Amino acid sequence: MASTETGATSESLPQDPTNDLQSTIHGKARLGDKVFRNLSTGSGTLILVILAAVATFLVGLSIPALTADPEELQYGAFWAYALPFAFGTVWASFLSMLFAVPVAIGIALFISHYAPRRLAQGLGYVIDLLAAVPSVVFGLWGINTLAPLVRPLYVWLADNFGDLPVLGWFFAGPVSGTGRTILTAAMVLAVMVLPIITAISREVFLQTPRLHEEASLALGATRWEMIRQAVLPFGTPGVVSACMLGLGRALGETMAIAMVLSPASVISFELLTPSNPNTIAGNIALAFPEAFGLGVNQLIATGLVLFVITLAVNMTARWILASRKEFSGAN
Amino acid sequence: MSKRIELKDLNIFYGKFHAVKSVNMTIEPRAVTAFIGSSGCGKSTVLRSINRMHEVIDGAYVEGQVLLDGVDLYDKAVDPVRVRRHIGMVFQRPNPFPTMSIRENILAGVRLNNSRISKSDADELVETSLQGANLWNEVKDRLDKPGSGLSGGQQQRLCIARAIAVSPDVLLMDEPCSALDPISTLAVEDLIQELKENYTVVIVTHNMQQAARVSDSTAFFNLKAHGQPGELIEYGPTEKIFHNPEQKATEDYITGRFG
Ligand SMILES: Nc1ncnc2c1ncn2[C@@H]1O[C@H](COP(=O)(O)OP(=O)(O)OP(=O)(O)O)[C@@H](O)[C@H]1O
Ligand SMILES: [Mg+2]
Repeated sequence: MASTETGATSESLPQDPTNDLQSTIHGKARLGDKVFRNLSTGSGTLILVILAAVATFLVGLSIPALTADPEELQYGAFWAYALPFAFGTVWASFLSMLFAVPVAIGIALFISHYAPRRLAQGLGYVIDLLAAVPSVVFGLWGINTLAPLVRPLYVWLADNFGDLPVLGWFFAGPVSGTGRTILTAAMVLAVMVLPIITAISREVFLQTPRLHEEASLALGATRWEMIRQAVLPFGTPGVVSACMLGLGRALGETMAIAMVLSPASVISFELLTPSNPNTIAGNIALAFPEAFGLGVNQLIATGLVLFVITLAVNMTARWILASRKEFSGAN
Repeated sequence: MSKRIELKDLNIFYGKFHAVKSVNMTIEPRAVTAFIGSSGCGKSTVLRSINRMHEVIDGAYVEGQVLLDGVDLYDKAVDPVRVRRHIGMVFQRPNPFPTMSIRENILAGVRLNNSRISKSDADELVETSLQGANLWNEVKDRLDKPGSGLSGGQQQRLCIARAIAVSPDVLLMDEPCSALDPISTLAVEDLIQELKENYTVVIVTHNMQQAARVSDSTAFFNLKAHGQPGELIEYGPTEKIFHNPEQKATEDYITGRFG
């Protein structure tokens, strides 16, 4: 049947075989492919546009404050004004990461590699719930619960370490009467970023190839050794990304800081005293209602500083990761 | 170094699923023993129960005994982590640690248990292990490069080098050549021949010719029916299994594969 048919066509319509091939391999791009490509290109562009718009807004409104005569400015010379806040931002975020990262990695490892499945699931839910708590609630908790709770500890720290060399820089008195110091604020921040870092790290750790885990176990690794040999190296890039997301939240967190911290305009590493450096975001929230004229521009310019700090931190992290790419396990 | 393995009435389970039924066999030292049989009959399962890797899987357990030179590896007092240091394993897919250099991959086993090793000892161990795996000449100039940058065959030999670096008594290999090209396969087969001088080698393979080429004894596993536990059907010298098997199933399997 088929053979007679082809025989008939070749007799009646002798055609160029290359042409025939062309007609079968030529074709238009499929609609779905097109839509998807445009959609993804579009979204990529949109992000860049939004980022550019924010940057333009920040720079445009900052220039008046940066170029004005310090005499005319509501808050005095710009850098003298902004620097303590920039310091406070970095210092508070650093402290919060110091608390949050080890705990988050610990919890993530517990969920992914130690806990029985039931418990792991429950814990996962709790962590995700924690991420949904609004920062006002964390702020209230910081003022009403955490600050009074940790104050006795601060007194003890100041008594025992306040006079020592080096440690004295951090733990010198007098201890804040309310306990609302930068250390307390950092703890609140830590609790806030904990769920982000934990949730992402857990996912990353769960992705560790079974093959690598078994390679390690078969060499006679204990579970902890296996985690150090296979899970952590594999997860490092993901954990760094998780930390960057957490750090982003810590750097920009406004409400909790504005509520918990009793601020001053100082650059100081002291953790327990009543005079604490405020953060940029916290200060904008506190100062904005009373700002007028160039003062508004000046506050926006501090926002620009925060933007630059965040970008710099993220790029440093990417750069560190890229320099280890050869060993990343991506190939 | 090389030790005798005895499996005594070994039953292996994945949770409720009875995967392998009462295996009894003695695996001789300084020899290569091949496990053959159709897919899903439990070859890997038996192999992994020898170095207690089976129980790593959730809900998996074993009944019966595995004796290493007379010592029951499933005795309550035995630490599975230590068992695995005595019984090395090479997997079907090469699995060097991607985040480690070639050198660090070799030292991975030695570095466990917090053991310290001097730089010169480490250098020597890296060289002897890589030479033992016939890989030294190919990688000696790039020991600090990642192991994942090697070809598949080289990676597999790296994994063998990593396994022998801790001087185990037994080497278990689960289809070590199935992801390799013919040239790399030959390299690994040659290596297996050399390894049997020092180790008890057990190899799972789907390749009949390979079993015939490298092994001294062959164990044929089979399933009665789907969902039934796998069983050891026949076990003996490779020569006999391939040319004069006692069981009909063995003959069918071998002739079927040879065409
Ligand atoms: N992780 C697991 N969980 C549950 N059942 C499993 C698991 N691994 C294997 N099995 C089952 O155990 C039986 C034996 O599997 P095994 O992997 O030992 O077979 P095999 O002989 O190695 O097969 P192949 O030649 O395909 O590698 C199969 O029925 C399989 O489905
Ligand atoms: Mg298998």
